[in-house]
Amino acid sequence: MAQTVIEVRGLRNQFGAHVVHDGLNLDVYRGEVLGVVGGSGSGKSVLLRTIAGLQRQAAGTVRMLGVDNQTATEAELAVQSRRIGVMFQDGALFSSLSVAENVELPLKSVPRLAPETRRALARLKISMSGLPWSAGDKYPAELSGGMRKRAGLARALALDPEILFLDEPTAGLDPIGAAAFDTLIRKLSRTMGLTVFLVTHDLDTLYAVCDRIAVLAEKRVLVTGPIDDMLKVDHPWVQEYFQGPRARAARDTIATRPRRE
Amino acid sequence: MTDRTHPGPAALDIENAGEAQHLRFAGRVGIDNLAEIQARLAGVVAAPRVVIDLSQADMIDTSIAWVIETTRRKLVDAGGTVEIKGAAPDLANLLDTVAEAMPVPEPVPAPPGALIALLTGLGKAMTGLGSALVEFAGILGLFLARLVQSVLRPRRFRLTALVHHCEAVGVQAVPIVALMAFLIGIVLAFQGSAQLRQFGAEVFVVDLIAISILRELGILLTAIIVAGRTASAFTAAIGSMKMREEIDAMHTLGIDPGHALIVPRVLAMVVMLPILGLIANLSGLFGGALMSWVELGISPAMFVTRLVEGTDVEHVIVGLVKAPVFAVLIGVIGCQAGLGVGKTAESLGRMTSSAVVAAIFAVILADALFSIFFQRIGI
Repeated sequence: MAQTVIEVRGLRNQFGAHVVHDGLNLDVYRGEVLGVVGGSGSGKSVLLRTIAGLQRQAAGTVRMLGVDNQTATEAELAVQSRRIGVMFQDGALFSSLSVAENVELPLKSVPRLAPETRRALARLKISMSGLPWSAGDKYPAELSGGMRKRAGLARALALDPEILFLDEPTAGLDPIGAAAFDTLIRKLSRTMGLTVFLVTHDLDTLYAVCDRIAVLAEKRVLVTGPIDDMLKVDHPWVQEYFQGPRARAARDTIATRPRRE
Repeated sequence: MTDRTHPGPAALDIENAGEAQHLRFAGRVGIDNLAEIQARLAGVVAAPRVVIDLSQADMIDTSIAWVIETTRRKLVDAGGTVEIKGAAPDLANLLDTVAEAMPVPEPVPAPPGALIALLTGLGKAMTGLGSALVEFAGILGLFLARLVQSVLRPRRFRLTALVHHCEAVGVQAVPIVALMAFLIGIVLAFQGSAQLRQFGAEVFVVDLIAISILRELGILLTAIIVAGRTASAFTAAIGSMKMREEIDAMHTLGIDPGHALIVPRVLAMVVMLPILGLIANLSGLFGGALMSWVELGISPAMFVTRLVEGTDVEHVIVGLVKAPVFAVLIGVIGCQAGLGVGKTAESLGRMTSSAVVAAIFAVILADALFSIFFQRIGI
């Protein structure tokens, strides 16, 4: 099996008396695209935030790229944060900066990089995210939701991270935009050798992009595996999710297309 | 665990072999090596034939792929030939992706000259001011029309909302307004006594305090405080509803925003601002009396006598008659700014601060007009 880049053991998250995760275990392997699914309120985003270091767990260990988030020093965490990228739901772009400046911002942490190189690399990342040149000069408020997501992706990819976290990448996009975004994620994850941790509700994304699925239910990861295995899982929620009419439609769509590599 | 951000030394090896120059990338090469690689690549521009050898490279990132691609293009444009060899499938794939995605600059329209930009800005500001005034008249008209409708059909009137806003606008503002007026009274007594003592006319400090507070300062400063407090609150409340499309939802449900949002707020202002003004007057006189007693030895009884004898009641009326006008200005400007909020959080912040500035400015302008008016009619 490939190298484990994220290792979660016995994770517990709670807000007051409300326990979100309890005894949650999860492994993410290098180079794979892992899709995390679960009902509303099952703590998908909380899991993403915990692993990405945006909030502390109540108990359990989270190791990412060999760094334990509870015992690591600040310097280690700073190095680690350069090796991951997070794309937030609505892009979370800095509204006072243009898109190009947003993408350039993380590059400023690289020492001795000339400003024109930085600008050129930012433009490259914008173009790789499928945005036209003119989008780079615009401000986030002037972009559509889909373009903001792409710009958010460009910023997340600015430093060529090893692990990319995507929070609901296709939420709020029209089917054409969502399919294009799926293709983009797939392509970039392959060419840049990314490990992708993807939280989604979108069954089409699961079929089109993910190598493995992790199902979050009953406060833990209920099951992980390729999407075809999900159909065999004997759990009411999983059955309903992957056997429902929408899942069948997504499956049929993918079956008529040439199989992905 | 290996870390590609810390590759070994000598990520790029440049070797001249006969006519060809060999650029050999080795190990894990990433963005941290980019500055060094760019510096070394600057020297190979002249070579007619260049071989980029990636057989030793374990991993390159997009920034290195970018520098390889830009170097290749530059050399090819200069008439040289470039050969990329030994790239593993992953690396070749990345190089292809980057080559495909190389951004093509689009011509950006040249920015206009400074004078044009200045004139454009001025013109925009003027038309903006004009449309803001038209909009103000529109909201004011809406308020008045809905108010008349409420009188004709009292069942449409929202009493609960009015009472709620009266509390928020009036009752909760009492402490700050009273404290402000009290301090102003103290300041006036203190400064007045220092000046009037030179002429031995200390006792006129009572007239000074009474006229300035009752006629002008009490209501003006109250209106300014309320403008800062309430205009912003109105804008924030209505603006966040606008942002979340609640106003649109009201329209589709047949609820009139004028009735539901504007009438209770502006009416609450009209009811409460005179009361706050009165409280400010009393509090200011109390502060003035206290300071006169301490500083000049004018006893409270003497202060009251002098106040009643020397100050005409018309000063109080002149002061308080302005309150409803200020109230309508503040309320309508706050609601208008709230309805002007767009879809973004920035516009909410911008409109809130501009509502406060506009409300305070409108209050002071109206006060100046009142002064001229009262002077003309001789009150």
